[in-house]
Amino acid sequence: MSTSLRNNGAAFLSLLAAALLVAGFTLAFFWAPEAEGDPAFRIFYLHVPVALTAYAAFGWGGWKALRLLWTRDERYDLESYVAIHMGVIFGLLALVTGSVWARYTWGVWWTWDERQLVLFLVLFLFYSAYFMLRFSTPAGPRRARTSAVYALFGVALIPVSFLAIRLAERYIHPVVLTRDPKIESEMLVSFFVCLAGMLVLAGALYLAELAGKRADARLRELRELLA
Amino acid sequence: MTAYLSDVVALTRKDLLVELRSRDTVPAMLLFVVGGLVVFHFALVEDVSRLASAGMLWIALLFTALLALVRSFVAEREEAVIDGLLLAPCDRSAIWLAKTLSVVAFLALAELVALPAFALFYEPVTWELVAGVALANIGIAAVGTLLGAMAAAARARELLLPLLFMPLAIPLIVGGVGATLAEDPARYLGFLALYDLIFAILSWASFEYVVTE
Repeated sequence: MSTSLRNNGAAFLSLLAAALLVAGFTLAFFWAPEAEGDPAFRIFYLHVPVALTAYAAFGWGGWKALRLLWTRDERYDLESYVAIHMGVIFGLLALVTGSVWARYTWGVWWTWDERQLVLFLVLFLFYSAYFMLRFSTPAGPRRARTSAVYALFGVALIPVSFLAIRLAERYIHPVVLTRDPKIESEMLVSFFVCLAGMLVLAGALYLAELAGKRADARLRELRELLA
Repeated sequence: MTAYLSDVVALTRKDLLVELRSRDTVPAMLLFVVGGLVVFHFALVEDVSRLASAGMLWIALLFTALLALVRSFVAEREEAVIDGLLLAPCDRSAIWLAKTLSVVAFLALAELVALPAFALFYEPVTWELVAGVALANIGIAAVGTLLGAMAAAARARELLLPLLFMPLAIPLIVGGVGATLAEDPARYLGFLALYDLIFAILSWASFEYVVTE
């Protein structure tokens, strides 16, 4: 019964996410003014919400990891893993959209000048190693705790890496020119609608995958009982 | 507190004695780091700049540290030493601290050869470089020991450890190269100290969770 309730939650959130994203992109494309006459800037409404959602997913995964170490309750292991899985998917999307943005703004597919993009590359490497760790350790409470500790390291690594990337710019490129476009209130409203849509979408995907993985685990338990 | 310290001293002494008798790790590190510096000479063009050689030294040090870290839990796993250590009536974090101290000692030994070799082959060694190396050693050993204990439970452990460690080592490389090259090395040394503090506390607090079954 609890499973069907969760699936309803995922279905409701999917509909909400679809509505919010359609509304957000409609606002972003037809209502918000163009920034500095640059149509490519509109990818901002996709790239930044995706990136922030990835951070939220990593943070959520870290929080669940902390809960696991705290309470030793095994269910947090799956929740932390699924959240980080979502984070990696959104992180990869942020890398791709960032790369496209760089292509249309600076004419190159990759630039080391864009801090957020470099940070996502580092995080992508880090969390790919998280999956390697998980898949090469036998399942059990020790794997759950080891993964949780690594997930917590990830949460600490995000600000430390951000600082490191800023510091690295000072000796790699001594002069950094940042050009912040003027943000108008219409743009801000459109942005927040897009962000809310993306967060709800991630929540829906999280609940759906969690329900699937739980059903999987339940099925495996039943099979073992029958065997 | 004194009991904790005497546990740490005894455990560190154990690791250093094992290395002294088997001589498995440190000679390999020495050869590797000098070999690395020689290989880099052929990988770079003539009149290699000061900037390039400093970056190269840091890569050589990082990879040499990986050798020590991959070896650090071999006896614990193969000879089942870890079971004995976990049964011993001492705080589990003392095991981490002792292992970290012995890895720092091995790294310092390797660098006692690597830095003079670097000075001989490439550029003079500055005080900022030495300070950066000393601070980076702490971070490498603290994080690497914890990751080594994590990887010890996995299947392809020698393969896994570098993958786990590399993303976490990027800030150390930034701090180290910055301390060596930048005009304001103090900022980078401070960053390295901050990294050491954050990750040493995290590793110290979480070691127990990754070694117990």
